[in-house]
Amino acid sequence: MLSVLPPNTLTRGHATVLRLCLHIVCCYWLVSAYWLALNDAIGGDPVESLLHFYGLGALRLLLLSLLVTPLVRYLRQSRLMFLRRPLGLYSAAYATAHIAVYVVYELQFDWSQIFAELIERPYITVGFVAWLILVVLAVTSLPRLVRILGKRWKQLHNTVYLCALLGCVHFIWSVKADIVEPGLYLFMLAVLLFLRKEKLLRYWGRGREYRRR
Amino acid sequence: MLIRSKNNGALTESHVTDEQVYRQRRQLLKQLGFVGASSLLAAPAQAGLLNWFGKDDEPSSSGDAVRRALDYTAADNRDGEVLTSEAKVTSYNNFYEFGTAKGNPKVYASQFTGDPWRLDIGGLVDKPLTLGYEDLFQLPLEERIYRLRCVEAWSMVVPWVGFPLSTLLRRAGVSSSAKYVAFQTLFDPEQMPGQRTPFFGQGIRFPYVEGLRIDEAMHPLTLLAVGVYGKTLPGQNGAPIRLVVPWKYGFKSIKSIVKIDLVDQQPPTTWNISAPGEYGFYANVNPKVDHPRWSQASERRITKGGLGSDERIPTQMFNGYAEDVASLYQGMDLRQNY
Repeated sequence: MLSVLPPNTLTRGHATVLRLCLHIVCCYWLVSAYWLALNDAIGGDPVESLLHFYGLGALRLLLLSLLVTPLVRYLRQSRLMFLRRPLGLYSAAYATAHIAVYVVYELQFDWSQIFAELIERPYITVGFVAWLILVVLAVTSLPRLVRILGKRWKQLHNTVYLCALLGCVHFIWSVKADIVEPGLYLFMLAVLLFLRKEKLLRYWGRGREYRRR
Repeated sequence: MLIRSKNNGALTESHVTDEQVYRQRRQLLKQLGFVGASSLLAAPAQAGLLNWFGKDDEPSSSGDAVRRALDYTAADNRDGEVLTSEAKVTSYNNFYEFGTAKGNPKVYASQFTGDPWRLDIGGLVDKPLTLGYEDLFQLPLEERIYRLRCVEAWSMVVPWVGFPLSTLLRRAGVSSSAKYVAFQTLFDPEQMPGQRTPFFGQGIRFPYVEGLRIDEAMHPLTLLAVGVYGKTLPGQNGAPIRLVVPWKYGFKSIKSIVKIDLVDQQPPTTWNISAPGEYGFYANVNPKVDHPRWSQASERRITKGGLGSDERIPTQMFNGYAEDVASLYQGMDLRQNY
């Protein structure tokens, strides 16, 4: 395999700097978008802008987190693995912000409508399930819980693939006509899943075996 | 600068806006606080003016093409509903010809004025008409403050300037065999980047087409707008002439019209072609008939300001114009004819 760097040239220092950059960028975007929206400086309808920004942000960060493992293999830089957890956590944070904007500013705490939408609108249901998965994964990524869950942690966190798929479906389903952009995200996810096809097939096969038993 | 011809027979003294009234209108707007929003626009508008004769126009997102002030009768229905700020009306647009995101049209239509223009009125009429750009401003103009309810469940209140569609159709002479009116938007990929590639304004077919039943078209509320907020329409709002049908979802109000045809059969309409299960021919605002993917029972009213300043309000039947238009649909199943 071709690699631009000799294996494991990234030092602990490099990894720390990378992680710091990630924290700064993700926090900055999360807060500054909200600040711009409060001051009406983010498009004609700040509610829509913010909703899209956080929703897209969550999906992008989730796909980036799925890119980490293939990148570690390809570049042979195991330290890059340190990026995976914060990426996933920020994805969960952005998704939570996305839902918060929907509840607080779009539907404005009209709980009867919120529940009606959740049940009646498949694209909302799908998005909500994706968010639930993200939250569970975020909570169980506490180091102590990782240890306690042991082997099951891995199984649990494999639902991230389902979550990403649901996220893409939610995006495609929500648009009126322009499916090119959400289609691109689905394509990127397909590539990321393809890179792990052996693992996924194994996972799938084991599931079937388990059911047969 | 265009001055409306004074010897227009239809014009009486009562049509002329009293200067006092006009000033009061400004005063009113100031009191309501719209001055803040418009002053935000003032600087970029000026820059656009200065650039106008400059050599090459950098596609300035803020440098709107110059909008001329119009001469019109002020609206009398200022019944307390807060107008959506001019900045919002002109920066939050669904106009796929200039891109699919709401902010795109303002950027990509910044130099689009619709001058020169050609609007053909034909089909089942006594005498087909062809109007040039200046002709669009020859009929007596009036201001109409209408609620605009988008099918996406947000709404605005917009002060349009225009004339009833019926006035124009009567000039052409509607034949008794005409049952519907078909409208068509300009198709010009040179000026409308959304029409250039299937990856930008894609999802709908161009040119954009819309239609009304003849009684809907002749209804006094149905307006052909040539201006908004007292000035000619900016490109993103459908310059130089657009339809406004206030009791229907916004997508019925077709922009930048080049063709109006009177026909005897229900014409195809763009969103109906794109998703027939979601967008019907009638598209009347109806809180009881949901869009398959979201509720139409309420709407978010966009007025001005940032996050938290919009109110979520119940959607009204026929967007609050039921008194005027409900009779048009007597006996019709509105669930079937959505």
